[in-house]
Amino acid sequence: MITPLPRALHPGAWWLWALGLAVAASRTTNPVLLLLIIAVAGYVVVSRRTDAPWALSFRMYLLFGAFIVVMRVLFRIVFGGGQGSTILFTLPEIPLPEAAAGIRLLGPVAAEQLLGGVYDGLQLAAMVICIGAANALANPKRLLKSLPGALYEIGTSVVVALTVAPQLIESVQRVRRARRLRGASGKGRGALRGILIPVLEDALNRSLALAAAMASRGYGRVGATPARTRLLTGLLVIGGLLGVCAGLYGTLDPSASRLLGLPLLLGGSAVAVAGFLLGGRRVRRTSYRPDRWRGAELLTAAAGLGAGALMYVSTRVDPANLYPSLSPLSWPEVAALPVAAILVGLLPAFLTPPPPPPAPAVPQDAPALQETRA
Amino acid sequence: MITFDSVSFRYDGAARPTLAGVDLRVEEGELCLIAGRTGSGKSTLLGAVNGLVPRFTGGELHGTVTVAGQSTHSRPPQEFAQLVGVVGQDPLAGFVTDTVEEELAYGMEQLAIGPETMRKRVEETLDLLGIAELRHRPLRTLSGGQQQRVAIGAVLTAHPSVLVLDEPTSALDPTAAEDVLAAILRLVHDLGTTVVIAEHRMERVLQYADRLLYLPGDGTVRSGAPAELIAEADIAPPIVHLGRIAGWDPLPLSVRDARRRAAGLRERLAGHLPPGPAARGGEVALTARKVTVSYGERIAVREVDLALRGGEIVALMGRNGSGKSSLLWALQGSGPRRSGEVAVPAEGAGAQGTDPGAVSARQARALVGLVPQTAADLLYLQTVDGECVQADTESGAEPGTCRALLDLLTPGIPGERHPRDLSEGQRLALVLAVQLTAAPGVVLLDEPTRGLDYHAKRHFGQVVRELADGGRAVVIATHDVEFVAATADRVTVMAEGEIVADGPTAEVICSSPSFAPQVAKILGPDPWLTPDQVAAALAPAASPEGAR
Repeated sequence: MITPLPRALHPGAWWLWALGLAVAASRTTNPVLLLLIIAVAGYVVVSRRTDAPWALSFRMYLLFGAFIVVMRVLFRIVFGGGQGSTILFTLPEIPLPEAAAGIRLLGPVAAEQLLGGVYDGLQLAAMVICIGAANALANPKRLLKSLPGALYEIGTSVVVALTVAPQLIESVQRVRRARRLRGASGKGRGALRGILIPVLEDALNRSLALAAAMASRGYGRVGATPARTRLLTGLLVIGGLLGVCAGLYGTLDPSASRLLGLPLLLGGSAVAVAGFLLGGRRVRRTSYRPDRWRGAELLTAAAGLGAGALMYVSTRVDPANLYPSLSPLSWPEVAALPVAAILVGLLPAFLTPPPPPPAPAVPQDAPALQETRA
Repeated sequence: MITFDSVSFRYDGAARPTLAGVDLRVEEGELCLIAGRTGSGKSTLLGAVNGLVPRFTGGELHGTVTVAGQSTHSRPPQEFAQLVGVVGQDPLAGFVTDTVEEELAYGMEQLAIGPETMRKRVEETLDLLGIAELRHRPLRTLSGGQQQRVAIGAVLTAHPSVLVLDEPTSALDPTAAEDVLAAILRLVHDLGTTVVIAEHRMERVLQYADRLLYLPGDGTVRSGAPAELIAEADIAPPIVHLGRIAGWDPLPLSVRDARRRAAGLRERLAGHLPPGPAARGGEVALTARKVTVSYGERIAVREVDLALRGGEIVALMGRNGSGKSSLLWALQGSGPRRSGEVAVPAEGAGAQGTDPGAVSARQARALVGLVPQTAADLLYLQTVDGECVQADTESGAEPGTCRALLDLLTPGIPGERHPRDLSEGQRLALVLAVQLTAAPGVVLLDEPTRGLDYHAKRHFGQVVRELADGGRAVVIATHDVEFVAATADRVTVMAEGEIVADGPTAEVICSSPSFAPQVAKILGPDPWLTPDQVAAALAPAASPEGAR
């Protein structure tokens, strides 16, 4: 078999894959399965990430996961919670006033209590790490680029905001350095003013220049779209999204009226989609080298979603070993179906095309060329 | 291609119109240079071409501007995207995406050009501008010249018939500027693009221009052939000055023209020699030994030794990113310094002198004053007077010191004016006065002449000379060879963080063609650097044909 040519996958595919894995993680507290999910996500990231800056963030997510587990266990030790009979050691209990009855500080620490903390923490950590994997594999800006046409303006504002942030930091550093030239210590109200005013002025000038540059390159062309259509599109999209929000609230809050739930959610979605379609039709814009859904993308998304779905099936078939028992304490047991479900998520590491190789380093100013000319 | 039909424009609240009754035509395929002093309305004229003026600036525009028969009155700038490509002064400020390839495609995406065409045009443009090897690079990591070429490429992909450029080479070193100009000339010659360009450094563009639009400053625009119109313009590159001194008619615009006619002038100058470097250099004002600056892995300045003497003006040259700014900041003590020593003789410091990096910011400032590249960063108060008073208190100087210095540098700046409303030259003078209030013995200036017209530059050169005559050591980091030729006593050239040449101005700048000023290219091998030197040499002879 010929190995596929290196290319970057559609960012949406990675996100679907990661969400599928996260759903799988949410269905179990079995530490063996959770560690397996983390291992799968980690392996796919290592074999399919590029050397772009966002791809290096995965380690941060792993550390964050570890932090979550440690915090969960510490909370269990400090505040008690989760009863258990296997006392490992006893910490001196801090007596609390009557008003705080039911809350215990420190005191006896049971094995069940600690394990419960580890399981809970591991579940949350696994879900966070799945999201981290999507972040490391998919270029966030390309994801914004594949938004539907009607949301294009929002996508552009986010992209511009993302590039402005580092510029703002740069300009703060530059002005702070300049403040030192006037002998300022860099502290106090005067210093704040001395930094804030030049930075804001700079940012304002820059955004005006950017707006002018974007306009003169054709951004925001409305062409021949009548104003009425534009108004209608806006109303449909905003109204629809409001409906979706209210509907979500209705479905999640059991005390809300039935009418507020599913019907509103579906209705709102329909209106919003209509708005997108109407808006998308008026957009006269093309996309340069768009990411396309091809076999590998479908396979990646299917692998992630499949893992989630199989895990869901497994909760129906045999929920026992997905939630290992704490009382009585027992070794977590693992059945074949959930393991198979999670291993499905590993497929993209082998079956998708490898990421493009890093761009060759080019010398800053191509000095050889300039010297020959001089 | 472009027509202005009795166009007048006035900014909101301005006392007099920026443009008044402008009638002009720019024909298809012309390279058109806009010249005029700072504030004469060059940028306004450029902005009016695609309607950014008045739609983005406010103000009142009368008359009609049309491009290829379409009036800017009825359609917004967006609709001119495929007709007019606009490249601003700071290319980085106009970038929307973050890699070269995406930036080139951005304009086409907005114009809904088909994917196959887009792909093809991106490749063509990469080749046309010689930036193919940069295609995947993030825009922020490019050098100034590369960014400028990408910015030009990004508007070219829409295939505009008019290209509008505002100061495309003023921030670039001589070689990078040549690259950008070569790219522009290629567009004019190969594609027949109409190019409208405003540039302070006229010596770089004038010879290629088909038409000169001269803005005398009263709101009118005069249009004509460059060789004729430049004769009466109050701003002119050194080559034109030399032509006037020598009495050549028509005036030469390129070094080649002038060189072919210069035989007579060289004969008249035989026997004269430009005044050699005056015996400058009093006491040593600053010594640097093995100064090294690094940012992480990258070494910006590598073991540089430098000695500055009072009364001496040193020009620090070198391409963008060669470490000039890092060296200046390290010498002043506010910037990072990895290793090495800097010593400034000071009262009570003994033989070793004081290290400005080791004392407080306030003390460092009294030893070495630095005017950074973006001088406006230092200003944050509402009025000029406010800044002056603040400068007096923070330097512990007599009240009124700063204002007196400012009046000495550039008289007549109104005290209640907001610093932002000053002209480029006035703002520079204000920042310089603020820094001089602390009475430093060494003054470092980072790219001070950026955005100054010939008059302001000349005036600034005199200011710098007075500072040096007052016993201070002055260092100017700059790309402007003509300014260096007229002002500096000594030139230091840096490359890759090291000093590669250091010596008297004439010796250093005449030895390399890319750094040589126009007069040296015309009158070489004799070391004449500026038209003023030639005029001074000819004056006593009072030759009748020279005094025209």
